[in-house]
Amino acid sequence: MNRPSTFACYEDQEQHWYDLFSRGARDWLRHNEKIGRAVREKLPELIANADVLGSGENTVKVPVRFMEHFRFRLRAPEEQNGVGQGQAKSGDKLGRPGQEKKQGKKGAGGEGEGGFDLVLELKIDDIVDWLWEELKLPNLQPKSGGMRDEDLVREGWNRRGARSRLDRRRSLKEALKRRVVDRDGPAFIDDDLRFRQLVMRKQPATKAAVFFAMDVSSSMRDRDRKLAKMFFFWVMQGLRRQYQQIETAFVAHTVKAWEFNESEFFEVRGSGGTVASSAFGMVNDIIRERFDPSEYNIYLFYASDGENFRDDHDAASSSLSEISSAANYLGYVETPASEDRALETETAEIFKTLMEAGGAAGSFALTDTDAVWTAIRGFFQDQVSEEAG
Amino acid sequence: MGRTLKDNGLSMEALGQDLGLDYYPLHFEEVPESFMMEIAVYGLPVRMPHWSFGVRYIYQLVQHRMGNSRLYEVVYPGNPGRAYLTKGNSLAENTLVVAHVLGHADFSKNNALFKRSQEEIGYRIVEQAAAHAQRIASAIEEHGEEKVEQVLDAALALEAHVDTFKGMRRNLQKQPTNTSVNSNCAFRERYRDLPGEQLQGSDDGQQPGAGAIFSQEQDLLWFIANHAPELEGWERDIFLAVREESFYFYPVFACQIMNEGWACHWHAKLLREADFLSDGDYLDAIKTHSDVVRPHAAGRNVSLAANPYHLGFCIWEKIIEEQGMERAFEIRAEDDDFSFIRNYLTEELAAELDLFEYVAKSDGTVEVVDNGIAELRESILASKFNFGAPVVVADRIDVDGTLHLVHDHKTDGRGLDLRRTEKVLEYVQRVWRRKVTMDTVDAKGAPRALSSAA
Repeated sequence: MNRPSTFACYEDQEQHWYDLFSRGARDWLRHNEKIGRAVREKLPELIANADVLGSGENTVKVPVRFMEHFRFRLRAPEEQNGVGQGQAKSGDKLGRPGQEKKQGKKGAGGEGEGGFDLVLELKIDDIVDWLWEELKLPNLQPKSGGMRDEDLVREGWNRRGARSRLDRRRSLKEALKRRVVDRDGPAFIDDDLRFRQLVMRKQPATKAAVFFAMDVSSSMRDRDRKLAKMFFFWVMQGLRRQYQQIETAFVAHTVKAWEFNESEFFEVRGSGGTVASSAFGMVNDIIRERFDPSEYNIYLFYASDGENFRDDHDAASSSLSEISSAANYLGYVETPASEDRALETETAEIFKTLMEAGGAAGSFALTDTDAVWTAIRGFFQDQVSEEAG
Repeated sequence: MGRTLKDNGLSMEALGQDLGLDYYPLHFEEVPESFMMEIAVYGLPVRMPHWSFGVRYIYQLVQHRMGNSRLYEVVYPGNPGRAYLTKGNSLAENTLVVAHVLGHADFSKNNALFKRSQEEIGYRIVEQAAAHAQRIASAIEEHGEEKVEQVLDAALALEAHVDTFKGMRRNLQKQPTNTSVNSNCAFRERYRDLPGEQLQGSDDGQQPGAGAIFSQEQDLLWFIANHAPELEGWERDIFLAVREESFYFYPVFACQIMNEGWACHWHAKLLREADFLSDGDYLDAIKTHSDVVRPHAAGRNVSLAANPYHLGFCIWEKIIEEQGMERAFEIRAEDDDFSFIRNYLTEELAAELDLFEYVAKSDGTVEVVDNGIAELRESILASKFNFGAPVVVADRIDVDGTLHLVHDHKTDGRGLDLRRTEKVLEYVQRVWRRKVTMDTVDAKGAPRALSSAA
């Protein structure tokens, strides 16, 4: 005779262990963590392909594929027999050539089914962290030198002060010292109290002004702008780690220069030729008006295809030298019309002359998205060696 | 005061026992749908953690959201058996499910494959799996997630590579290690038996078992657990835990069509007899029955898959109609899907059910073919051979500890997927800690040796 079965039909109010956490969700998070790490190994691709600018968010969305837990499997066969059900007779054709068979593989696993993709959301800060580790860069320090801000800093102790600045540890120490001599003295007297002092001190400047200038003449293609935009974006992320406060200015030019806000800047399309001095001149004007070099660390990044008017050579050179004397670093990114002639252009020549004269500057060629990675690495490594030097 | 699930369930049981169902007592539990979903994904209510379950979980979740799957019950054989029902299903639905579970419970107590696996691994798989999960959790605490995960990557990848014929508990000493040396040399045997003497001592600097020839060992989990040169105790523990669960899963896998068909037969039969159900509940339950036991092609002209519930149900109905209930009880005790399909899916029945065989080519063409009932049966069974996995054996260990695996491509008809194989070899190498190789054939049928990058 069978024993009767038992039935447990719980009320909704009861709490069960399985309400406390979801194992499925736990293992799913672990999967995502592993994917995140796998994504990290593809940092150069990520940097090059992330459509990051303009979104205004602090994250990048990266489409990834689910990880597969591999098993021994037979090779996909040329022909596979199966059994179906329904009205069909021998010789009937049920599928057409070219129709991709998207049937999920049945069996022990659930892996391999197509159907939906995973979009991983990565924090820009994390990516920059990875970048830093990948490039083995030390943390950059703000430039010192003549540039200083004034700020209150803690320095020393005083016997008088506001209650909130009482240093308990220090006061106790004083009390102990006193009682070594005077064993029966009171636990604390006013003379034991020590208060932290604040004084005004000059600090290394933590403000930066970053100029992004771009040639928007008709010879700059959409692709060129996109490359420049990527480079600008990652450079900006790197500088953000270095300075507490960053202000930006965007200058576009053809034969003339205009200042724009960020969103307009990448949309601007001009016509006509390229006169770089117009932009450099405007940068100098803005520095004079808004960014005192004794307060700001100044950076200029300039993107162009390099085809500057030859007649503009002297004007552009002198204008650039003027910026250089006020700035920490000048970066030139070229999106050359032909790959093999990268950095042999008129504009590249101007920057080269500046570097040879001892100006802190660098030139990078952006021929394709892969080159963005190389350029960024080059830029940050320049920064580190500048600092060491 | 209406009837509760317990009332209906106990009435169903009484009815089932009158009709000859024989099973260990069951513990029924109604659980939230979210938990049912996890049970379906993990195969067991509490199971070891692994990221691959997370992937299956998301698929399940999405499918569920799209309304493509409904979960009614999961039942674990054992003494007591444990059945989980979805809370929130209607009383009529869950009453039907209780009847269905009784069918499964009868099957798992009496079917030879289930009986054997329970005798070997015990009658409390739910608790045992929970204990495995617990031990793995403490291993994670002690050795870190990464290390434990590496072992699980390898062990779960080899999940299907066990040998249920050789059994769960195997004596290590009786393995024919070094048969070529030992068997033909009586002196050596006598020498080895001397007190204090150890032949093939491990102090000669060789790997234990190195150079040994094994009899084409198919139980890779067992083999690695016992012969891996530097496997630590806790790692072996994980391999053996995964193996034990595989032994549990095997009969479920190998009897799916029979078992589901049997349970469907019984819920239908019990429902017909259940005079304690109101008309409304009866109609609801019958509707659920026809949703479950329905050919995939229903409502469409053709489907490229056959519903195992429907197939099993129809074969059982035919057997009972033609051979009687007594014979049906015998078949449920003796057969598995292979013998069930080969013996009882007759040509007439296949025609009645509109089953057809087709050939799908890689270019997308699907052509209906008629190669006779024998081939149709084999096509149904094709995915079930060898626990659904390619036939791979451990062939030998070299003196340097390299493990050679060999794929029996003749049996399987074609070679392995090379990319996936290399990945699995990498998993295995991390626990074997020596090179691991695999012999198979490529697309052209030419021999191909793969090896882990070591």
